[in-house]
Amino acid sequence: MKKISGSWYFLIVIILIYLFLLIFNFNLFSATLNFFYNILLKIIPIIILVFVLMIIFNYFITPKFMLKHFKSKGIKKWFFVIIGGILSTGPIYMWYPLLADLKQKGLSYGLIACFLYNRAIKIPLLAIAIFYFGWRYILILTFVMIFMSIIQGIIINKIIKEK
Amino acid sequence: MLERSLKKSISKAAKGLWKSFPMILGTILLVSLISTLIPKSFYTSVFSKNVFLDSLIGGLIGSISAGTPITSYIFGGELLSQGVSLFAVTAFLVAWVTVGIIQIPAESALLGKKFAFIRNITAFILAIIVAIITVLIFNII
Repeated sequence: MKKISGSWYFLIVIILIYLFLLIFNFNLFSATLNFFYNILLKIIPIIILVFVLMIIFNYFITPKFMLKHFKSKGIKKWFFVIIGGILSTGPIYMWYPLLADLKQKGLSYGLIACFLYNRAIKIPLLAIAIFYFGWRYILILTFVMIFMSIIQGIIINKIIKEK
Repeated sequence: MLERSLKKSISKAAKGLWKSFPMILGTILLVSLISTLIPKSFYTSVFSKNVFLDSLIGGLIGSISAGTPITSYIFGGELLSQGVSLFAVTAFLVAWVTVGIIQIPAESALLGKKFAFIRNITAFILAIIVAIITVLIFNII
């Protein structure tokens, strides 16, 4: 039998709460559903845009593509690690084996941390972030996060001394 | 070859979105329920308008939360509209995506325990710093 993921259980529990409201407090159920409908209406077009952007990124950015660019040296390496982190797609566990392999090939812990930090910046998801927070805020946040990813990389390189 | 690659990209994107679907839908349903049930005054009482404390609370909630960043944007956006400070929401968003408590076992196994521990601790501290710097710049510009 196929295993159901935790997120489906989460949804089932929430639906059960709604069913409970429907039976015992119809007014609250109706107000909540109205709120839900308004959010959903706003979000659907952005989810479609996110889907299109995800296709484009999946098409162009692969672990093989990253591996090719991580071989550069000095500041250029930091630059590619930042870009790589931002452009990388898919779940994080998909990237751990590649990062472990790159570690063996000489990529420092600081650069790995920098890559992982920049994975937090997801270009396909920026559309939804801008929708909620505005482009000015998201632009500032993105730049501050990129800067902090370098700081984290430097800190980790100082703490974990390579043998 | 090109067609096969594109099909693979579409299928990967669809799978990724489908995997996030219950979490996104569940979050919107939960946010709607919380927003209807809890008055705005509750949030203003929890978040004291103290820059550091608000960022710390936001960062802590973000660190223990898990799921796709889309969920954090929806949740963070709605929290903001309920009157929660931008410092708290920013720390929440950043900690959500940079601190990975759930992934620590996998991260430790492949990249080392020490690295996973230090990376997550520094990511949490930086989430608070990022929140403070971002909001200060945002308010100035």
